[in-house]
Amino acid sequence: MSKKAKKDPFASRGRKARPSQMRPKVDPSLRALLEKYPAERSNLIPLLQVVQDQHGWLTEDSMAAIAEYLHVPSSIVYGVATFYAQFYMTPQGKHRVKVCQGTACHVRGSQAIMDQLSSKLGIPPGGTTSDLLFSLERVACFGSCALAPVMVLDGKVHGRVTIKKAEKIVEGVK
Amino acid sequence: MRFEQLQARAKKAWQEVVSPQIPLIRMGMATCGRAAGGQELLQAFQEELAKNKIQAQFSEVGCLGLCYAEPMAEIILPGRPGVLFAKLTPAKMKKIGEDYLVHGKIVGDSALAVMGPARNGTPAFTDLPMVKGQQRTALRNCGIIDPTNLDHYLAHDGYVGLKRALSLSPDEVIAEVKTSGLRGRGGAGFPTGQKWEFCRKATGTPKYLICNADEGDPGAFMDRSVLESDPHSVLEGMALAAYAIGAEHGYIYCRAEYPLALERLDLAIRQATEHNLLGDNILGSGFNLHLKIKMGAGAFVCGEETALMASIEGRRGMPRTRPPFPANQGLFGKPTTINNVETLANLPPILAKGGAWYAGFGTEKSKGTKTFALAGKVDRTGLIEVPMGITLKEIVFDIGGGSPIGKKIKAVQTGGPSGGCIPAELFDLPVDYERLAAVGSIMGSGGMVVLDENTCMVDVARYFLEFTKNESCGKCAPCRLGTRQMHEILTDICAGRGRPGDIELLEEIGAAVRKGSLCALGGTAPNPVLTTIQHYRHEYEQHIQDQRCFAGVCKALITYSINAETCNGCRVCATNCPQQAISGEKKKPHVIDTALCIKCGICYEMCKFDAVVRQ
Repeated sequence: MSKKAKKDPFASRGRKARPSQMRPKVDPSLRALLEKYPAERSNLIPLLQVVQDQHGWLTEDSMAAIAEYLHVPSSIVYGVATFYAQFYMTPQGKHRVKVCQGTACHVRGSQAIMDQLSSKLGIPPGGTTSDLLFSLERVACFGSCALAPVMVLDGKVHGRVTIKKAEKIVEGVK
Repeated sequence: MRFEQLQARAKKAWQEVVSPQIPLIRMGMATCGRAAGGQELLQAFQEELAKNKIQAQFSEVGCLGLCYAEPMAEIILPGRPGVLFAKLTPAKMKKIGEDYLVHGKIVGDSALAVMGPARNGTPAFTDLPMVKGQQRTALRNCGIIDPTNLDHYLAHDGYVGLKRALSLSPDEVIAEVKTSGLRGRGGAGFPTGQKWEFCRKATGTPKYLICNADEGDPGAFMDRSVLESDPHSVLEGMALAAYAIGAEHGYIYCRAEYPLALERLDLAIRQATEHNLLGDNILGSGFNLHLKIKMGAGAFVCGEETALMASIEGRRGMPRTRPPFPANQGLFGKPTTINNVETLANLPPILAKGGAWYAGFGTEKSKGTKTFALAGKVDRTGLIEVPMGITLKEIVFDIGGGSPIGKKIKAVQTGGPSGGCIPAELFDLPVDYERLAAVGSIMGSGGMVVLDENTCMVDVARYFLEFTKNESCGKCAPCRLGTRQMHEILTDICAGRGRPGDIELLEEIGAAVRKGSLCALGGTAPNPVLTTIQHYRHEYEQHIQDQRCFAGVCKALITYSINAETCNGCRVCATNCPQQAISGEKKKPHVIDTALCIKCGICYEMCKFDAVVRQ
């Protein structure tokens, strides 16, 4: 399928990066990770996903390495990475607390849960504690609306959450 | 293996489920079952049985749609129909193990239903109020089969539709789908057969088929459930669609928030390829189809077809103007058809049983069945599939059971951020594409959130605008600026800073955003505001003029106090107050310090004597 892909507009210009732009020091493990995917523009999002999966967030260097690998300007990689909510440009906490803000959760009081966790952890939604232990995030919808309100801690979905239960779940990992 | 041999093997495998040699316990393990604690329960139960040396086998099933009753388990004893046990806890599960597994007795009302005729006071599954009015087509196998087992799917007429389609010409397949009257279940309702025909007639190769599994509407989970509970029905649907339009490559664009769905899809694709139901020369017909999964990265707008294609191409997911339509210039500039998960899951039975069978359900212009994700302030939340034309009243009260705590139902919100609120006075409305549009809402993908008297409609509108404001891609000005302005005005109204003329201003901006936006995200973003103004203008006026929120939601407009006459000084509120804003001696009336109170409402919910007053 890949061969039939639309030709990449940036690769076709045949421009080489100036020496000052070259980044010869790409971490070999990162390089190996990138090379698992064909160097095609349509693999940009999958590459960002695997790199983030490995490192927890996207550093400037890792994005530059992806840009170099795909022969596209760093600005393109940065533009795509910042467009999607799932990519992080800052280090994330060891434990990820996500509170669902879907409609069903909202009418069943998810805002109060978010407020309480936010004051308990001392960080706003989207923030990370200074000890890098917790990140707090709002998520649009997990699709578990029938069990609203819902929160997710490190990938585990908890349904029918109350303020108290939410506190307990977070305390459980401390 | 020939298809007939595959079917024979599948029938045998299914027979072992229906009449097992030793007791079989089947747990609902879709995301909702897991969220309700299904996994922990299963583990505890397995240990318990092992300890007591009771022989039993376990398997996982998907979602039956009765999410309110999760965690659920079906126990099949040799020679008996399965019995469904609901709302399980470790203690309840242990008791059932003793009573039913060992002695074969259903004690009291511990069982929810029998998967067969009613027996000893336990109702038949099909007679349950939530199941009775349903007609499950897209959801036909959900919760019935083990989604990781291809044999189970094959035993339920799986891939029979594909087998038949491959003996027809692509044009005949399109004609069959046209007869069925199937319309796109993603929300817009475009006739599926017609969509295929455009793509089939388009020039250019290769052609692409895309399955849109980027179910972003908050409050909707139909697609998740189908993908998790019956992934092969989507794959078979894709094979049918690809054959009809002449595509050999397909993508499934699934959102990353659904890890289990992604896992199940991946497994199903491998199974189907292994058994020649996908891949090269499918079932010896000469037709090839290769499927690839693309994981989304968290952008609501990627549910819009042109944005979705941009995302697959590795770009920012921004929509573009149409025409050219995807049928002519879609993915990588080639002819492309994009179908929603539910649309695809409807196709196998349509091809197996014929389009006329499907068209037998529904109304004149909206044929067939539609799934709805019933959530919010309703007793029986879950996933249902009903014939088109059923009234909202039947859905909310007969199937959903009305309010769980005896509150007055105020409205239903359909269609997510693109839809609107339909007030309870209009609940006699039959559900179909045209009639929902006539009252300012849309069918949408099927999210249906029930709102009761404690839901503030201004707050609901603000909530949706906050969502669309955040998710607007920013390409066109009406959507980018308009949603922001509307959100600011609504936030002001909710915070008690509303000004006269705000309602009219909202209407004016809403009309402009509706008209001027590039894609459907912006075009429908004002719907939640405009429908709530249309039906609940008085609530807006109360917020602005009287500075009151009678639903008790908008924090700036409410205060909490304690009624000294009903308060018996039990101290529950004081100990639970996160701000220590409540004081008072034991057994004497308490007082709330309004300066400290953050209006979280915990005391209001905790008080068993209704002594906390919200005004």
